[in-house]
Amino acid sequence: MSDLYRIENLRLALADMTAKPLFGPAPRIEILKGLSFGIAKGAVVGIVGGSGSGKSTLGRALVRLLEPSGGSIHFDGTDITHLPEAVLRPLRRRFQMIFQDPMSSLNPRHRVGTLIAEPLRLHRLDAIPDRVARALDHVGLPQNFATRFPHELSGGQRQRVGIARAIALEPDFILADEIVSGLDVSSQAQVLNLLERLVSDLGLTLAFISHDLSVIRRLCQRTLVLHQGRIVEDRPTAELFAAPASAYTRDLLEAIPLPDPSQPWL
Amino acid sequence: MSYLSIRNLSVRLKGGPPLLRRVSLDVGPGEVRGLVGESGAGKSMIGKAVLGILPPSVEVTGGEILLGGTDLLGLPPKDRRRRIGATCALIPQDPLTALNPSHRIEPQITDRLVNILGWTRAAARARARDLLEEVHLPDPERVLRAYPHELSGGMRQRILIASAFAAEPKLIVADEPTTALDVTVQKQILKLIREMQARHGTALVFVTHDLGVVSKVCQHLSVLYAGMVVEDARVADFFAAPRHAYSAALLAATPKYTDPDAGLNPVPDAVIDAVRAEVAAFDAAKARRGAA
Ligand SMILES: Nc1ncnc2c1ncn2[C@@H]1O[C@H](COP(=O)(O)OP(=O)(O)O)[C@@H](O)[C@H]1O
Ligand SMILES: Nc1ncnc2c1ncn2[C@@H]1O[C@H](COP(=O)(O)OP(=O)(O)O)[C@@H](O)[C@H]1O
Ligand SMILES: [Mg+2]
Ligand SMILES: [Mg+2]
Repeated sequence: MSDLYRIENLRLALADMTAKPLFGPAPRIEILKGLSFGIAKGAVVGIVGGSGSGKSTLGRALVRLLEPSGGSIHFDGTDITHLPEAVLRPLRRRFQMIFQDPMSSLNPRHRVGTLIAEPLRLHRLDAIPDRVARALDHVGLPQNFATRFPHELSGGQRQRVGIARAIALEPDFILADEIVSGLDVSSQAQVLNLLERLVSDLGLTLAFISHDLSVIRRLCQRTLVLHQGRIVEDRPTAELFAAPASAYTRDLLEAIPLPDPSQPWL
Repeated sequence: MSYLSIRNLSVRLKGGPPLLRRVSLDVGPGEVRGLVGESGAGKSMIGKAVLGILPPSVEVTGGEILLGGTDLLGLPPKDRRRRIGATCALIPQDPLTALNPSHRIEPQITDRLVNILGWTRAAARARARDLLEEVHLPDPERVLRAYPHELSGGMRQRILIASAFAAEPKLIVADEPTTALDVTVQKQILKLIREMQARHGTALVFVTHDLGVVSKVCQHLSVLYAGMVVEDARVADFFAAPRHAYSAALLAATPKYTDPDAGLNPVPDAVIDAVRAEVAAFDAAKARRGAA
């Protein structure tokens, strides 16, 4: 049994700032309500659900940008649920997150090369220029892109930079949070092809968050459906599409407009 | 007979390259025309030209925008603004930024009716309440008093739809009205837009990058590349057999979950090269005409 991640009864509560009284602490609302699942080494797992279902919160917990309030997260055999930052730091290189809008998380005044090198410096790696060059290669960007600024890039190219930044660290696991949602269909397809190739070439394990089941179908062997902070379905993707078990999954599927005027829909 | 007829509309960045290249399209009363194409293709620019809200850095270099038979571009600016204000409306993309967070909903629907169209406050208020009912918002009185942040994204988009229909416009431009929404909410909102548009007999220009949505909402579509219409088709014909290689490739890139082997194919480089060559040939022909 070689699970890279083992999640048991994961709970996560956050302070609800919208309900904070004038004095005293804000009440806490439970966002993740007891999730259990594993992610096998080398797997590509889709995490799907409507907005507010808890996908990003789950993602942030997996890479320990958030600390769970209950249950446990084991990464490659290590319990990382409550590890303090100092102990976590060397592990961080092994799990990376890519965000939906790389522009807002990247410094717009830095060139692409600097942006990719930044996490490498933080982790005190050697031969940084080589690593940057290899990362650009892997994501199919020409070497001269290292000197460009983010605003000079298209949406698809920016997402490639986001991916390059993550894989340059040679992680075991990547969590991609809605990374193709803002892109044109053709760029979406290119980024998905790229991810597929990287997973097999680099032996990555990938969790892919999306609200779009069509994209998940294409990329992921297994799919978790999240609804209101709970897993309502966790199955091989092909089975889920053939016969969705939960009413919520069916709703999500039926809401997708197929490019076909004969599909009864509205 | 078309209500909106755009003839050979050309727009460019002032002193710069063309952004729209002799765009022509028609929309009849009660009809929906989709404008599709990748981002930057000029979809929003067409909508802005019709609504007279082109950015100042951009200028019209030729063509006509006929609205009910009158060329808007031939009217003095003041008359043009009045004509557009009385007959056209916009459903914008982002229901959050389109509403002013520090004002209650009521004035955001009624101010235009009162200040631009000269309605009385009471009439505008009654109209707003009726419309909120028509877009299926529960408790319209409460919604009128609410601030935008108290409402969900789907509710806010319903309000913008109500607001667009408030003055019974003959033409509505909907610019990616569901891009910011969930699939399940998107479905409800599209259903609502279609229902309202059909009931009111409004001509609708529907900007989207999603051919799935086009197949559900539109009767006609224009496929744009670099500000050029590469295909103008009836929806049924287009999905049966797109005529232009670029639009066929765009359709092949559109995900289709019922068929995991179809969809999500990148537009091939050869197709991009060919359509770029078409654009270049268009510009070269125009330069020759200009020189002659
Ligand atoms: N920092 C926060 N404080 C309080 N509530 C939050 C915070 N971040 C997210 N939430 C709430 O948690 C729920 C899940 O959010 P999120 O994980 O972002 O969902 P998703 O990514 O599926 O859209 C939502 O109801 C959201 O409003
Ligand atoms: N305010 C502006 N000033 C100058 N150029 C603009 C402006 N807005 C858009 N453009 C340019 O016009 C072209 C068409 O843009 P737009 O109509 O917004 O595309 P779409 O809506 O199809 O994504 C793009 O090349 C874009 O960069
Ligand atoms: Mg999210
Ligand atoms: Mg646009």
